[in-house]
Amino acid sequence: MSSATVTLKDEAQNLDRGKVGLICLLLTEVALFSVFITAYLFFLGKSETGPYPADVLVVPVWGTICLLSSSLTVEVAVRGLRAKAIPRFQIWMGVTILLGAEFLRQTGIEWRKLINVDGLTISTNVFGTTYYSLVGLHACHVVIGLTLLLLVFLLGLRGSRLLPHHHRIEVLSWYWHFVDAVWVVVFTVVYIIGR
Amino acid sequence: MTQSYRLFVCFLSFAGLAGAQSKHAIGNIFKPLATPAELVADVSLLTLVICGAVFLIVASLLAYAVIRFGYREGDSRSEPPQVYGSNQVEIAWTVIPILIVFALTMATARVTSAIQDQRIPNDAVNVTVIAHQWWWEFRYTDLKFVTAEELHVPLSTMAQPKLTFLTLKSADVAHGFWVPQLAGKTDVIPNRTNHMWIDPKELGIFLGNCSEYCGTQHAKMELRVVVETPEDFARWAAAQQAKAAAPESAENQRAFLSSPCIACHAVSGTRALGRMGPDLTHLMSRQTIAATEVPLNAATLRDWIADPQRLKPGNKMPTIKLSGAQRDQIVAYLTTLH
Amino acid sequence: MASISYPLDKGGETRKSAYSWAKFAHAWVLTVDHKQLGLMYIIIALLFFVASGLQAAVMRAQLMYPDNNLLSPQVFNRMFTMHGTTMVFFVGMPFIAGLANYLIPLMIGARDMAFPRLNALGFWLTLFGGILLYSSYLAWAGTAGQGSAPDVGWFAYAPLTEKAFSPGTSTDFWILSIIMSSTGSTITAINVLATALCLRTTGMTLARMPLFVWMFCVVAFQILVALPPLTGAQLMLLIDRFVGGHFFDTAASGSAILWQHFFWLFGHPEVYILMIPGFACVTEIIPVFSRKPIFGRAAMIGASVSIGLISLGVWAHHMYTVGLPSKANIFFAVATMLVGVPTGIKIFNWLATMWGGRIRLQTPMLFCIAFLFQFLIAGLTGIMLAVAPFDWQLGDSYFVVAHFHYTLIGGLLFTLFAGIYYWFPKATGKMLDEKLGKWHFWLLVIGFHVTFDPLHFAGLLGMPRRIYTYPAGRGWEGFNYYSSWGVVIQAVAIAIFVWNVIESLIRGKEAGNDPWDAWTLEWATSSPPPEYNFVEPPVVRSSRPLWDLKHPEDPDWKYEQA
Repeated sequence: MSSATVTLKDEAQNLDRGKVGLICLLLTEVALFSVFITAYLFFLGKSETGPYPADVLVVPVWGTICLLSSSLTVEVAVRGLRAKAIPRFQIWMGVTILLGAEFLRQTGIEWRKLINVDGLTISTNVFGTTYYSLVGLHACHVVIGLTLLLLVFLLGLRGSRLLPHHHRIEVLSWYWHFVDAVWVVVFTVVYIIGR
Repeated sequence: MTQSYRLFVCFLSFAGLAGAQSKHAIGNIFKPLATPAELVADVSLLTLVICGAVFLIVASLLAYAVIRFGYREGDSRSEPPQVYGSNQVEIAWTVIPILIVFALTMATARVTSAIQDQRIPNDAVNVTVIAHQWWWEFRYTDLKFVTAEELHVPLSTMAQPKLTFLTLKSADVAHGFWVPQLAGKTDVIPNRTNHMWIDPKELGIFLGNCSEYCGTQHAKMELRVVVETPEDFARWAAAQQAKAAAPESAENQRAFLSSPCIACHAVSGTRALGRMGPDLTHLMSRQTIAATEVPLNAATLRDWIADPQRLKPGNKMPTIKLSGAQRDQIVAYLTTLH
Repeated sequence: MASISYPLDKGGETRKSAYSWAKFAHAWVLTVDHKQLGLMYIIIALLFFVASGLQAAVMRAQLMYPDNNLLSPQVFNRMFTMHGTTMVFFVGMPFIAGLANYLIPLMIGARDMAFPRLNALGFWLTLFGGILLYSSYLAWAGTAGQGSAPDVGWFAYAPLTEKAFSPGTSTDFWILSIIMSSTGSTITAINVLATALCLRTTGMTLARMPLFVWMFCVVAFQILVALPPLTGAQLMLLIDRFVGGHFFDTAASGSAILWQHFFWLFGHPEVYILMIPGFACVTEIIPVFSRKPIFGRAAMIGASVSIGLISLGVWAHHMYTVGLPSKANIFFAVATMLVGVPTGIKIFNWLATMWGGRIRLQTPMLFCIAFLFQFLIAGLTGIMLAVAPFDWQLGDSYFVVAHFHYTLIGGLLFTLFAGIYYWFPKATGKMLDEKLGKWHFWLLVIGFHVTFDPLHFAGLLGMPRRIYTYPAGRGWEGFNYYSSWGVVIQAVAIAIFVWNVIESLIRGKEAGNDPWDAWTLEWATSSPPPEYNFVEPPVVRSSRPLWDLKHPEDPDWKYEQA
């Protein structure tokens, strides 16, 4: 066999199926979020009765800072794992989880205010429906991400068991970056454009 | 006595007219009798011809290939020449379809605009059509009356063109307004107002259907468009504008007004103000009942009131428990409402 | 090169060894093997096909005569809803998942799909979704007097599906079963792309990858992008129905049109998702039975990708009648007609493949040829529907019903049967009987045309869709009467097919590795393949590796660029 025939040797093997699989998943998730964002934009200004966005929405600055910086911390953690620095990985993974949890706590506080003080629920008007659906969908994804990060953190507590799987944890960190990227879009649509 | 005799003659002549009116029951889209349907039929015929030609050419080539290049016994040892492609041929059968698409696009754009963007003249008859599960309400906004079951419109001629402009609204779910010989269908969607126009060019009764699945009795939500001469239309409109006929028997009217009927139905000038069901003020001016082909007369009216679920199972009119005498009185009253 | 000696190497012994519950569980319940899962997908697709076909038969019996009272309107409305929903989500989608899972690893020389356990999850989700949907029949009268099988039509337009107009649980069965099936389909899509991109054997560049796999990659991409609008809309509907949301609640500023946009953003690509696998089967079968390579390979790839992309932008041709502005209608008309161009290119390429060949008219090829004629007609009636004004008359009428049954039966089902007759020997080691196959074929052709040709004319004469009955005198009686007789003929055809399968499994002719003298990698291993597929990963130099092996004097790699 001449080398010309097999020059593109194993080009397939260069691609990691975990990464390809996750990118496919993210593609479909982008489509799903686009649908809810479209609905949110479609219904802007169409509520017959209040409360209206400008009246009740408060920009969640602290929560956003927490969530976006958790992207940085998870990246540090993953690099630590790749460099086989287990303590660094554990600490920064823990920080990531705490930051993500704080984001959720802030969302909870915001919702408690909206429901109890402003009287905005999912059934009050179309603003309520679209707001809770979109932010809630994102929050569900944060919960899933946090659960998986926590699982990895706990597995990592027992020493260097995670080392051979660092590429899988990198794939999980991509999911976390995606959750943060979606928040940037949701934040812009809900708190900047929609207010 | 003389008054009821006069009414009886009126009724007969109406019925006679109805019998004499030509009924366009078969909604053949290639027998258009109004401008929108004509415009659609023209571009449809063009499309059919082009598609037919494409079919004949490709199907012939296919049939030829199957017959000419079939496996024959002597072929077993060798394989035919392995042809991988041909740039010229492939370009040709890319470019030609694009040209066909271009031609069809031009025709489509012209007709779509002509129908959707038509300027509506000031003297058009304005009707708001409200679709309900499972009947049609017609509000003549300029002429200021409400009716159901039949949409009367004036004839449009070359000498005297007359458009009818329909505003389409739904009281509940999505429906569709489709009378094939007059126009293409337009959906009737809640929380949205749609419009369409027709200018019927022949007298008669045109049948159509609800064209968007709307629940249990979607099948029995027929449309009935009655095209009349402008004079007959004016006469009909005047009759619809008139107050309800004075009751012949106060007792019969009382039976009706004390029944549950008035919760859903209205008769102008009385306590009956219900809007959930069809307006009954001029009930007997209609030829059919319940948006079906069943003719309206005292017998069918009695059957309907006794058991609405039999003709139209699942429809929203409940079976009201009435004694035979009560029912007779109500029917007797309703049959006076011309 | 020493080959590791597996117990399975000893010629099919596994199949004959003693059975046990453990073996049964491994084979049918715990399996993650792509071939087994592929067969399981196809089996459930065929079971749901029969169930759905029975529902269709009952509808055609009701519509045979005007003013018939065989079925009440409530039952009829459930029939057409369940028939459509089943055919799309529990026959079409599982069938294509079955084909993909069975054949793709074999065609690219891989051991299994990229994610075998995920694959199994996808299968069981799909099956449970179907069981959930059909369990709705069990509560016949329903908890709120509302029959529990869904009756809102397979596209479930709002606000008919809101709690106000559909109380009870029937619509919820529709929503939840489809969400399960969609998750299964998404899993298959991820698996297909990861497998095709990462697990190709040595020498198999993307350019040399079989067109079957290429087309499934396009389908997988469409699934990933087009299913979320449906899932999203269904989640919104659940929010409306259960927690008082107002997405589609037209009484409180909700929008019925929004549902339609989301549904058809899914719905139009969906019909290509269903059809392109049919194209994939035909693209493998026609060359083998014409004894020539596919004509215009690069154009076939380009056309498939174009169809996949353009199909995402034509959805509102299902909404020509909702009152969108004229410019929007014209745009969608043009876009829809443009899809016809790559589709036409494919039909011409298949025709050119046959041209100058030596066509063997065996059953797989017969189904392909009928497909070509029927899909040509279906595509042309599609062009008619693309012309917006024409659609204002034809839409929501029996003309559309005829059109989409032409694409789905005359198109998809015929190609699926072609695929079954072609690959059954590979999967089972037995040939399907050729004589029974021809009876199946001809009866299906006749029955299909007797049923669906007249329905075009009923539509042209004003017969709307989804009506449980119609009065005499509208011009529809004759067409409906003859159409219903075709159902009997089709039922006999399917019965013959089922008999063929059973009989061939028991005493069919031995197939051998390569009964059709074909050229792709699945024919390089035994029939059925061992669990590991190939003893050693094959090495390929062209898109027809077995042609190269059989014709060393005139191999493909001399002519192919890549």
